Amino acid sequence: MTSTTTLLRAVMRPGFLLSTWPWRGIAYTLTTAVASGLLWLVLSVPLAPLALAIGVLRTEGARAVEAAPHWWAGTYVSVAVVLSLVGVGLLALTVPRLATAVAGIERWRLRLADDAPAVARRSGNLYTDPATWRSVAYLLLLGIVAPVWLGVLGLAGLLVVSTPIAVHYRLVTMESTGSAVSRAVLGLVLIPAVLYLTSAFGGGHAALARLLLCCEPDPAAAELVEVTRSRARLADAFDAERHRIERDLHDVAQQRLVSLTMQLGLARLDLPSGSPAAVAVASAHDHAKTLMAELRDLIRGISPQTLRELGLRAAIEELAAGSPLRVHVDVDPGRFPPAVETVAYAAVSEALANAVKHAAATEATVAARRSGVMLTVQVRDDGHGGADPSRGSGITGLADRAAAAGGRLRISSPPGGPTTLRVELPCAS
Amino acid sequence: MRVVIAEDSVLLREGLVGLLSRFGFDVVAAVGDAAALVTAVEQTAPDLVVTDVRMPPGFTDEGLRAAVVALSQYVQHSYAGELLGSGQGRAIGYLLKDRVADVAEFADMLRRVAEGGTVVDPEVVRQLMLRGRDPIEHLSPREREVLALVAEGHSNAAIARMLTLTEAGVGKHIGNVLAKLRLPVSDDTNRRVLAVLTYLRGRP
Repeated sequence: MTSTTTLLRAVMRPGFLLSTWPWRGIAYTLTTAVASGLLWLVLSVPLAPLALAIGVLRTEGARAVEAAPHWWAGTYVSVAVVLSLVGVGLLALTVPRLATAVAGIERWRLRLADDAPAVARRSGNLYTDPATWRSVAYLLLLGIVAPVWLGVLGLAGLLVVSTPIAVHYRLVTMESTGSAVSRAVLGLVLIPAVLYLTSAFGGGHAALARLLLCCEPDPAAAELVEVTRSRARLADAFDAERHRIERDLHDVAQQRLVSLTMQLGLARLDLPSGSPAAVAVASAHDHAKTLMAELRDLIRGISPQTLRELGLRAAIEELAAGSPLRVHVDVDPGRFPPAVETVAYAAVSEALANAVKHAAATEATVAARRSGVMLTVQVRDDGHGGADPSRGSGITGLADRAAAAGGRLRISSPPGGPTTLRVELPCAS
Repeated sequence: MRVVIAEDSVLLREGLVGLLSRFGFDVVAAVGDAAALVTAVEQTAPDLVVTDVRMPPGFTDEGLRAAVVALSQYVQHSYAGELLGSGQGRAIGYLLKDRVADVAEFADMLRRVAEGGTVVDPEVVRQLMLRGRDPIEHLSPREREVLALVAEGHSNAAIARMLTLTEAGVGKHIGNVLAKLRLPVSDDTNRRVLAVLTYLRGRP
């Protein structure tokens, strides 16, 4: 069961007369009449030259009937042509803009007759936008069709309004009371009829206005926005979870591991050297030390403290320092939004790691520049190239994270090298 | 050798107490926050303070005569520079917490600071030396080794021992290296550590 949101629908329901709709109908119709009148007033300016041209031609036509000399006729025709051209030009310039402005006003006025939100959609420029031409069609509706039914309604309204006067007149001039009564009854019956008619015509006009001027929201666009937002939310949730894991690893696991390693180191000192116990504990101690380094790398891979506290440049310099490659760092100082810094750092980290693991590189350059609202990060290594994103999930995962942050990732890695990885991320701040 | 330890992680604090005691240090206080550290130092007047970088004693504090070793979770080049530059003649050490894994070396480093030397964690030096290129690349591998050890705060004698050279040979290498880097030649360990580190950090 659809709710009653438009004037036209309301008219077709029982109980129409008892609701507020008749009043809204009257208000909408009256304002339509005003709008129509104003439209003619405004259009009179660009239409004037055309009207003049027609007038000239008719005069000329009349003279032709009187067989005027040719040169006289030529001047009038050319004047008429010039006026027509001016008129057409004026119309072409003003009508689209006028139509768009009127569309805006009419959408606002539509609220009287229609509860659903009225949304406009523009595309392209003024002259190529289909919305403009629909608005022009609406102008025709408002300027030519509306006066017709407004006229009919006006007559009916006059009948109703004049009833008391007519009745009074008949009574005063002593015509039969029967005719006075029938006139009064006619007037009374007309009232609901006029109310219905007003709202019917007004509702019809409103329905056409909605058709011509408003756009239904594109479900696909709404869906796309939701998908992008949910992907961004997922990425944020992912980052938050990673921070939490890093926190736990750092505060709990790492502390205990350091303590354990220390204890093993101390134990080694007290055991007689060369004994089986000493050898075993020494081995355990070495394992623990390796584990400490691995855990530290793991934590740094997840969510480095340097990145959070000192920013992108400091974190990349740390990456560079810890890498077996010679890394030249050229990064803009300053902070970026946390999501951007995280993705940028992850990209550099992955690129450098791949350069070592897969491309046997010896040198790399990391550049990060902000221009306008875009941060561009580029990592270039001198390895033997051949990176294939479809093998291994590192690069594709990065591409997803970049996309979720509103940016994109590109990679160029011809066989033989060099490999260049570039990430572009929007950063509003 | 009286030591005050300041470390907010309980596990690590206990471990440090055990380690230092084992190597003959006299741990007079072990605290968990900056305020307690200040009180402990005032009350016990230690020879050495071992503290987490996040709660160093105020360096403008005239009353603090003790040597200070700052322990850091990860390499912070800017902090290292600040720390070493603000020592005001006091002995300073900057070590990574991971260094405690090698218990004997760690104790030795602490002792060197307590005796007035400057100590910089080898990992910090390694990272600094990897950055950028020339003119470090113009140094021979031996000279680079010497430079690293100078940056870590070792004395000429210690370097000679480690690289099995004569002290005179070490002195010559150091002179060459410092000259190539256009740094003032000095036998004062602490001053040259600062000079070398400042140089290394200042490179592009």
